[in-house]
Amino acid sequence: MKTNIIIAGVGGQGILTISTILDMAAFNNNLYIKQSEVHGMSQRGGAVQSHVRISDKEVFSDLIPFGKADMIISVEPMELLRYLSYLKEDGWLITDAEPFVNIPNYPEMEDLFNKIKTYPNHLIINATEEAKKIGTSKAANVVMLGAASSLLPIDEAGLLKAITDLFNRKGERVVNINIEAFKKGQELASTVIK
Amino acid sequence: MRTLFLGNEALAQGAIDAGLSGVYAYPGTPSTEITEYIQKSKLAKELNIHSIWSVNEKTAMEAALGMSYAGKRTLTVMKHVGLNVAADVFMNMSISGVNGGLVVVVADDPSMHSSQNEQDSRFYGKFAMIPILEPSNQQEMYDLTRYAFDLSEELKLPVLLRTVTRLSHSRSFVNTQDRIAQNELKLPENTSRFALIPSYARGLYQNLLDIQPKIEAIAESSSNNTLTIGKDKSLGIIACGLGYNYLMENFEDKCPYSILKVTQYPLPRKKVKELFKTCDKILVLEEGYPLVEEMIGDYFGEDPKVIGRLSGHVNRTGELNPNIVAKSLGLKESTPKEIPAIVANRPPQLCVGCGHGDVFNALQTLIPEIGTKQVFADIGCYTLGVLPPHNIINTAIDMGASITMAKGAADAGVFPAIAIIGDSTFTHSGMTGLLDAVYEKSPITVIISDNSASAMTGAQDSAALGRLKDICLGIGVEPEHLKVIVPLSKNHEENVTLLRDEMNYKGVSVIIAQRACVQLPKERKDFIKKFNTLS
Ligand SMILES: Cc1ncc(C[n+]2csc(CCOP(=O)(O)OP(=O)(O)O)c2C)c(N)n1
Ligand code: SF4
Repeated sequence: MKTNIIIAGVGGQGILTISTILDMAAFNNNLYIKQSEVHGMSQRGGAVQSHVRISDKEVFSDLIPFGKADMIISVEPMELLRYLSYLKEDGWLITDAEPFVNIPNYPEMEDLFNKIKTYPNHLIINATEEAKKIGTSKAANVVMLGAASSLLPIDEAGLLKAITDLFNRKGERVVNINIEAFKKGQELASTVIK
Repeated sequence: MRTLFLGNEALAQGAIDAGLSGVYAYPGTPSTEITEYIQKSKLAKELNIHSIWSVNEKTAMEAALGMSYAGKRTLTVMKHVGLNVAADVFMNMSISGVNGGLVVVVADDPSMHSSQNEQDSRFYGKFAMIPILEPSNQQEMYDLTRYAFDLSEELKLPVLLRTVTRLSHSRSFVNTQDRIAQNELKLPENTSRFALIPSYARGLYQNLLDIQPKIEAIAESSSNNTLTIGKDKSLGIIACGLGYNYLMENFEDKCPYSILKVTQYPLPRKKVKELFKTCDKILVLEEGYPLVEEMIGDYFGEDPKVIGRLSGHVNRTGELNPNIVAKSLGLKESTPKEIPAIVANRPPQLCVGCGHGDVFNALQTLIPEIGTKQVFADIGCYTLGVLPPHNIINTAIDMGASITMAKGAADAGVFPAIAIIGDSTFTHSGMTGLLDAVYEKSPITVIISDNSASAMTGAQDSAALGRLKDICLGIGVEPEHLKVIVPLSKNHEENVTLLRDEMNYKGVSVIIAQRACVQLPKERKDFIKKFNTLS
């Protein structure tokens, strides 16, 4: 069993929250993991991605080969498509609908969504909007993780424990917001990803 | 204990557990987190391990050598181009040797994710004739760092540990071991080997040559270099560092070919020879430049038995990945999905509200007077001024070169010649160039865009804080041509006027544009305010 996940976004959007939760959950489940991330120049508002590989056997490459990602989770719709070359034939595309526009030539939203919809396994959710309703737009990442959770090799309890452990030092309120965000993501995905 | 570590953190913990007494470093992607980890480590604090940033890589490495001279285990850390700055001490301390274990960690950046070039530090190690270690995973980052200190003390030589971006910035689980105690203070038995006057240095260089067979024998028998014989003799593979991972990714446990995994240099000659003799062709998978391929390959390359980056079987430039390695092995691959044309580039850019932006705006207003090609710049966030929407700077070569290139251009008759340099880069290697200009009263205008941090690399503290004016005055900049401005849009007109006046001065002017990086935490900004009285 090996699950390859690409997490995409823009430098400063905090995509590493998702990776960190996955790392911690894999640790709790005694699985192997490799998780590469981007530090440096691109963190200044450029495109950033993280490769997360979870397996029950040793993982060699820190990078996912082209065509081998089981899913791409993106916190921004254009960034989702940037890493398509990594996606498996029947892999999942999961994204927040909220664009991050910091370039003059950002594509039309309609064109973007139409393009995403040409791939059979896709899920577009309003994670930022939902997170705001729950208490803070910052929890959008965790809504995304919740949406992808049924595809992950880690059970719900393992993920919830990782979320609790990660946010514990920020207090109970933050933990609860993030758990709610996770559940919201699960709920939004439940009719699409079965 | 099993812990989740970033490659760089595993290395840092390995050093602490090996009895480290101090780390000396200057930030630089992808090496920065090594020193930051030690700075943040409670254990390191309890153990009183030195970890404050140095002003540049040369001062860092020299201080490390001083600590090693005192018998302590010391780490010095930098990115690949930092080793150019430290090359003088690096080459010479391989002749003098060390006392306490000294490990030089250099993080290379193949594919230039955050760098000006993709030079391969293994060449420096070979040049200096010292052992090189090249870990391929996070566990090896930890284990080999510990081993590097033992090896350094056994040989009384510095050891180069080379990592690359993908390993430095990837996380995995690492098993750690018990920590060993720091060395006692112990000055060298014989100090003359640290005094490289020609009559001593000749003998010491001979010693370095004489010890080479021993260094090679250690690499030969080391479990870091393993030869696995495969059934299929049509190909043998030398897999260095991360090359091994990408190879195994393609074959899992079932590689039919013989593999020599190289993790320690000099190359284990006997093992290479065995592979060479038993296989029809040798594929070299190495991250960086074709060092091994060039060493063992055929100079004329007409029908090369050794293939790799030079022969064209592996991309000549850029980092390796599983797909490049698959292709070099002739493995069949599915065609990846195409990236739709609507996906626009998203290059890095200045943060909203960044002071460098206001400096660029002021200069932009003056461009009709200056001309577009007379602004020389340097390395830092402000290097983004080369891209739209700014398009304001023309050069970014190496740290400090803005001032000296402006000077050279001014000497050639370019007027005005403007240099833009950050505060951290200025103290790293701008000060000496400024003295050159002051000494000759060269007509240049230097703008120190002072955000009180080394922001590009993650906002580390800058040694320039509160000292820039005094440094410039000390160097001899005339007080009437040393100005401090606050780069804010409300000061735009005023700043433009001041810049214009200084640009027209036929001598050295320095304008310190002072406003803290907006990304700094509030407490740090408040602290900086005490020094930056204008802003
Ligand atoms: C020799 C060398 N060492 C380190 C680096 C990495 N590096 C790039 S920019 C930078 C710091 C720049 O700080 P500063 O000049 O104050 O500009 P800022 O990023 O804060 O705007 C560093 C350390 C490098 N490129 N070259
Ligand atoms: S990190 Fe600081 S210096 Fe760099 S672009 Fe952002 S505000 Fe400017």
